[in-house]
Amino acid sequence: MRGDRAFRLVVTAAGIVVLMILAAITIFLIVEAVPALRADRANFLTERHWSPDENPPRFGIAALALGTLMTSVLALLIALPVSVGTALFLTQYAPRRVSVPLGYLVDLLAAVPSVVYGLWGLIVLVPHLIPLSAFLADHLGFIPVFASNQTYGRSVFAASLVLSVMVLPIIAAISREVFLTTPVEQVEAAYALGATRWEMIRTAVLPHGRPGLVSAAVLGLGRALGETIAVALVLSANFDISVHILTPGGNTIAANIANAFGDAGTIGRGALIASGLVLFAFTLVVNLLARAVIVRHRNTLGAPR
Amino acid sequence: MAQRIEMSGVHAYYGSTLAVEDVSLTIQERHITAFIGPSGCGKTTVLRTMNRMHELVLGARVEGKILLDDEDLYDPGVDPVAVRRTIGMVFQKPNPFPTMTVYQNVAAGLRLNGARRGRGSDELVEQALRRANLWDEVKDRLHRPGAGLSGGQQQRLCIARAIAVEPEVLLMDEPCSALDPISTLAIEDLMLELKERFTIVIVTHNMAQAARVSQTTAFFTIAGAGQPGRLVEMGPTATIFSTPSQKTTEDYVTGRFG
Repeated sequence: MRGDRAFRLVVTAAGIVVLMILAAITIFLIVEAVPALRADRANFLTERHWSPDENPPRFGIAALALGTLMTSVLALLIALPVSVGTALFLTQYAPRRVSVPLGYLVDLLAAVPSVVYGLWGLIVLVPHLIPLSAFLADHLGFIPVFASNQTYGRSVFAASLVLSVMVLPIIAAISREVFLTTPVEQVEAAYALGATRWEMIRTAVLPHGRPGLVSAAVLGLGRALGETIAVALVLSANFDISVHILTPGGNTIAANIANAFGDAGTIGRGALIASGLVLFAFTLVVNLLARAVIVRHRNTLGAPR
Repeated sequence: MAQRIEMSGVHAYYGSTLAVEDVSLTIQERHITAFIGPSGCGKTTVLRTMNRMHELVLGARVEGKILLDDEDLYDPGVDPVAVRRTIGMVFQKPNPFPTMTVYQNVAAGLRLNGARRGRGSDELVEQALRRANLWDEVKDRLHRPGAGLSGGQQQRLCIARAIAVEPEVLLMDEPCSALDPISTLAIEDLMLELKERFTIVIVTHNMAQAARVSQTTAFFTIAGAGQPGRLVEMGPTATIFSTPSQKTTEDYVTGRFG
């Protein structure tokens, strides 16, 4: 009984510490951000330029927020099919002696430090991307997203590609785990109806895995939203608001903090922390949305009985 | 219609383990044939060799000949997917697709077999549900989750799903073992109706059930743990349950072992 009480005390304390850390971070962000936001002469939500240490200070989140969302969503769009495909290959198609080592390799991708991804993106990917970007701009340029009349290179597209490689192992690993838990009865039910392997995957594996895929995608999006150094290295930053993913420019909240923090004055620091608060809000909303999707899915469908 | 199954010299393996040894038997068309025998005697394995489900288990393989009429089901040119479309299966545990509605469950097989049957699938779904004696119970909840039905209804839903694709043979692997007596009776009545259209093979642990529904009974057993299962004898159900030719069969059906 005594051990029981002691254990209960320890785990309760651990739970409270987590909550306190979260509260402390939130309070820190708000306390530091508010004076800078007071000093801001522009509308923080709609202003795209970032000049907090000038007189008068003018800065806003618009360009940064858009850049953050664009790079992250684009990264997710690229990474999702590749990682789900990888997970399906590993669980459904590859023979065991291939799938086990290959699975480890995919997991290993997650262990590469992000600064390495950034350097690789800048030195290897960006030069190789120029012909592809040029091709896309020449042939699909009539679609506004691909329109570009500048030299291509350190673009939103390049940053998104690097991000997609970084989120791929997370999504692939979770999808793989989820696919592996597909009940044998479901798989056999599909096969017994005369399903081919792909039809079996569509009828049994993918519906079973859908809630897991949503969580995987959100975790990936969360990582992409917060990724700092790789984007800071690859993207040639500016504060333009544009949907042209092939032109250099754009910026993200996290990369801007990394780039600007060193030279920032008092208001500058506060302004950057305010932008961090916005990023915090983004990830919070994304996680809540995902939770809602999963809960709704669980309530209407998939629940046994 | 090809509906008669002939097995000769069938050996079934799991990896290097011989699970079933030298089974030869004939399944009559539009007949209910029951497989009975103690646990582990290989009756389910034999059932699963008939629609090539056995080989889905890693390392499992089959030797010998299985003919559906005169077509060898294990000919290298035969697609196992096509075999499973012709020979449907119902499992021990009701397994409707949990994310699908009642309607979608029944239509699942139709959809797999190509969009060519896309039109008129409403009628086909209704027909399958009627044949499975489930229509009246679900006609107002066709678009609710199939997993929301009771266990017995779920099993009839699975039967509807299996017969919706118009197979010629229906294999049933202990279809009532997870059900209460009332639901079991409903399934047995249904089987007697379905035998007018389909050849049925049922694996059952319930000897009374075998006696009630089947016309032919096959008795399987094993000599001991680790030994392969084998077919002891097969004959008209009445004979197997009253005057079997083998002593082991008599001991089993009279409840002296198993």
